[in-house]
Amino acid sequence: MLLIYCPYCEEERSELEFRHGGDAHIARPTNMADITDEEFQDFFFLRDNPKGLIFERWRHIHGCGRFFNAARDTVSDKFVMSYKAGEPKPDLSGATPATEKPLTEKVGETHEATEGTAK
Amino acid sequence: MRKYSVFAVAREAMRGHKGWEAQWTSPEPRKEYDVIIVGGGGHGLGAAYYLAKEHGITNVAVIEKGWLGGGNTGRNTTIIRSNYLYDESMDIYEHSLKLWEGLSQDLNYNVMYSPRGVMMLSHNVHDKQSFQRHVHANRLYGIDNEWLTPQQAKDFVPVLDISASARYPINGAALQRRGGTARHDAVAWGYARAASDRGVHVIQNCEVKGIRRGPDGAVIGVETSKGYIGAKKVAVSASGHNSVILSMADVKLPLHSVPLQALVSEPMKPIFPCVVMSNSVHAYISQSDKGELVIGAGTDQYNSYSQTGGLQIITHTLDAICELFPMFRRVKMMRQWGGITDNTPDRSAIQGVTPVKNLFVNCGWGTGGFKATPGSAHLFAHLIAKGEPHKLASGLTLDRFRTGRLIDEAAAAAVAH
Repeated sequence: MLLIYCPYCEEERSELEFRHGGDAHIARPTNMADITDEEFQDFFFLRDNPKGLIFERWRHIHGCGRFFNAARDTVSDKFVMSYKAGEPKPDLSGATPATEKPLTEKVGETHEATEGTAK
Repeated sequence: MRKYSVFAVAREAMRGHKGWEAQWTSPEPRKEYDVIIVGGGGHGLGAAYYLAKEHGITNVAVIEKGWLGGGNTGRNTTIIRSNYLYDESMDIYEHSLKLWEGLSQDLNYNVMYSPRGVMMLSHNVHDKQSFQRHVHANRLYGIDNEWLTPQQAKDFVPVLDISASARYPINGAALQRRGGTARHDAVAWGYARAASDRGVHVIQNCEVKGIRRGPDGAVIGVETSKGYIGAKKVAVSASGHNSVILSMADVKLPLHSVPLQALVSEPMKPIFPCVVMSNSVHAYISQSDKGELVIGAGTDQYNSYSQTGGLQIITHTLDAICELFPMFRRVKMMRQWGGITDNTPDRSAIQGVTPVKNLFVNCGWGTGGFKATPGSAHLFAHLIAKGEPHKLASGLTLDRFRTGRLIDEAAAAAVAH
């Protein structure tokens, strides 16, 4: 079982309090009706599924209830860091092999971006 | 290849078992093959066998990072069934089940296929309606599946607790009598032996490090830990690592890899006649011929390649097992392990061409790939040989995530299957 640091509660809690929320930093297109099927597939279904460093969302569902992001190694399952929603994707390229590609997609106003400042 | 038979056993018994030959050869890789299959599990080895047997393509190599069947082929709970809801799923799993029925004879290798029945327990009104829908869909499609009352279920599995005061009361069950189990290692070994006999190279301890492509973008070979090997076609069937391999050719898949755990108990006398699954409380259990209870647990919620899993997942399953079968409460668990499953959003497999020429993929079998082994391998061989899917696998293509023609077994089963 993982021990997960919630950046809002500022403490490590057991995985039982959390729900995994899929990949982080995926921007929902702002013009959903206009995008092609390929673009929708890319946004909605296709994932890197990396062996190594992954950026993912967690929700502290049995705690503060808030979404946050974390960087974790998918081989050792060890967390590198967790950070509040809306904060930019940290540059961990020095710490881990450069398997991650830089985020090149056009970033719209994401749910995460607005939620980070919510009270 | 010397045929296995009762006479061979008798002959070897007479001379101290010194005449048994290696089941498959371990050749050095050639410079080039017609087909390279990445992944030496049941699906990959089976595809190589059917390529040789049915399509006459014998210049084939199966490349495996570790040892044969050391991935998910050797890490599952060996359940075989075909009682899925949608036509596309029924097509491929029933095709597979029919191949299971004659597999030992076909391979001249005892895969110990045992059609002992797979029972799925219903605990509430929703389960009952859902399972009866499956039963009707299956029977209309010509697949056996029947509905049992709680008493009929108990007659079939006497150790089942159907009392009204049970923690998880049982209001019926669906039973597929042709479902059952098989010996997972034997499936990999049997396919490897039969394929090797037909000239297929089985290359173990050889990790694929890259996929080399020609000027037109088509695949021309793979970089491995044993050097570069050329190939006219490359077919990837690497279960949890499909995303990793395909990313070497810049193909992105709709997969996430998560650990799925299983465990076995100490061996006991025969007590458990079939496979029992409870989707609602998440427990799968059967008894192996060696006498161990074989128990399947759930998946972890996060992406991982760790081949382990959280203790709370198996605790949850054992809680359910102990409630359903109170007599197992003091049974000791001997071993636990995890496998990495590649799951699609609709929990149905993907088998088809990729955007890269001469690169084929067989992935997304998720938590239910073992039962599909012969069928998947057979249809994958057809895909590799002909360049287009067999009609039984025509719905499993990668482009369904673009067109929206999903095969939503996830919603139909409401559980990892």
